[in-house]
Amino acid sequence: MIGAIIILGALGLLYGLGLAVASKKFHVEIDPKIEAITEALPSANCGACGYPGCAAYAEAIVMHNEELNKCAPGGAAVVKEIAAIMGKEAVAADKKVAVIKCQSGGKNNTIFRYEYQGVTTCKAAILINNGPNLCSWGCLGYNDCASACKFDAISIDENGMRIIDKEKCTGCVACAKACPRNLIEIVSAKKRVHILCSSHDKGAESRKVCGNKTACIGCSMCVKKCPKAAIEMKDNLAVLNYDLCIMCGICADVCPTGAIFDPLKEIRAKKRAEAKLKAEAAAKAAEEK
Amino acid sequence: MSFITQVFTLAVFAVFVNNFVLSKFLGLCPYIGVSKKIDSALGMGMAVIFVMTMASTFTWLIQEYLLLPYHLEYLQTIAFILTIASLVQFVEMVIQKTAPALYKSLGVFLPLITTNCAVLGVSILNIQEGYNFLGAILNGLFSGTGFTLVLLLMAGLRERLEKSEVPEAMKGMPIAFVIAGCMALAFLGFSGLNF
Repeated sequence: MIGAIIILGALGLLYGLGLAVASKKFHVEIDPKIEAITEALPSANCGACGYPGCAAYAEAIVMHNEELNKCAPGGAAVVKEIAAIMGKEAVAADKKVAVIKCQSGGKNNTIFRYEYQGVTTCKAAILINNGPNLCSWGCLGYNDCASACKFDAISIDENGMRIIDKEKCTGCVACAKACPRNLIEIVSAKKRVHILCSSHDKGAESRKVCGNKTACIGCSMCVKKCPKAAIEMKDNLAVLNYDLCIMCGICADVCPTGAIFDPLKEIRAKKRAEAKLKAEAAAKAAEEK
Repeated sequence: MSFITQVFTLAVFAVFVNNFVLSKFLGLCPYIGVSKKIDSALGMGMAVIFVMTMASTFTWLIQEYLLLPYHLEYLQTIAFILTIASLVQFVEMVIQKTAPALYKSLGVFLPLITTNCAVLGVSILNIQEGYNFLGAILNGLFSGTGFTLVLLLMAGLRERLEKSEVPEAMKGMPIAFVIAGCMALAFLGFSGLNF
């Protein structure tokens, strides 16, 4: 018994001493900044930064001058912290939010081909003859996106439309991955003008099948009128290049179906009407003179 | 039997017949976990070969000169684990200092191996089979080689699977398990070998 304790104890001591000596002798200098940044990062190891883990990203920041704002879950607070460690200026990352590119609102507004009574998820519904709704590109309306959202950012209003709360949305891409029709795009929160249709059907067809009557019919009006050439026709669908978009709202004005969303559309229309009235009044005044 | 024949027999048995993964079912965690890419599989395999050989050497010495003379065979497991853990730690330090490039490719896998049952398994089996010192070292080396072989085979298969059309429900782990089962069946064929 005592022999066992002595032998095992001696063995442990020997190994311990050996490792202690080895750690001194084979000591490798590691930049303490790497450890500090690793601790500042959220340790989610989510890979959103493009590195295999938080530690790898921390190493890339210190060793290869990687940008500081790549950590999506950490947000601005973490960027600030890292910047303080690195002695650099904090440049907050562009906040991104999800945009659902369909206005039909799924099952509530859409015209059906058949009555679907299966499991109430989009993934299950799409398996049966490509989904019950007539438009084979649009929202199915079984809320896979809302149930995938961990931040409770997607709610459904009384018309069955999915509303994305821009404050709560973190741009984590979970909903975009959950949508079997790939209707959700993650765009910069600064961008306000969106083309809210994903139908590649020909104009007449998409106009007929859209539950909300706001389909892109591929008329190319927006493409012609866009001052920055930010819109391109891709297979009967207008696609907006967000990098070029200046949010002038002209496309939303000219769109005959209302497929393009501009939050300032009404204000702009009002201003234009006022300007018109003024011009008319001025013309009248000139005539009277 | 000449020495060369003995070594050859040992090698064939350790690599194919008594393969650690496919017939003893030890070290299944890295077999599934680190077999997604050939590069990392190779890194892991090399680390396992190295650690198994070293562990076989040291645990045999511990058993022969420490545990047996004092009749402490019942402490085998804990003494071996202690030895393997410190050994791996030591090796990690040495590699980090002397060969940073090797450390980068091996580094992640070394701590993983510390508590790998295959390493402890080879140490204990060496004693059970009654190998002499050289036999224990060679058995460790060849067992590690066998592990690396199946790990590489698996990684190659899984890299090809990435590009092939697999039914949605079978993608990822399920198909990997099916393949692991098929490989185990194939390796069962070696058990008929006789020398």
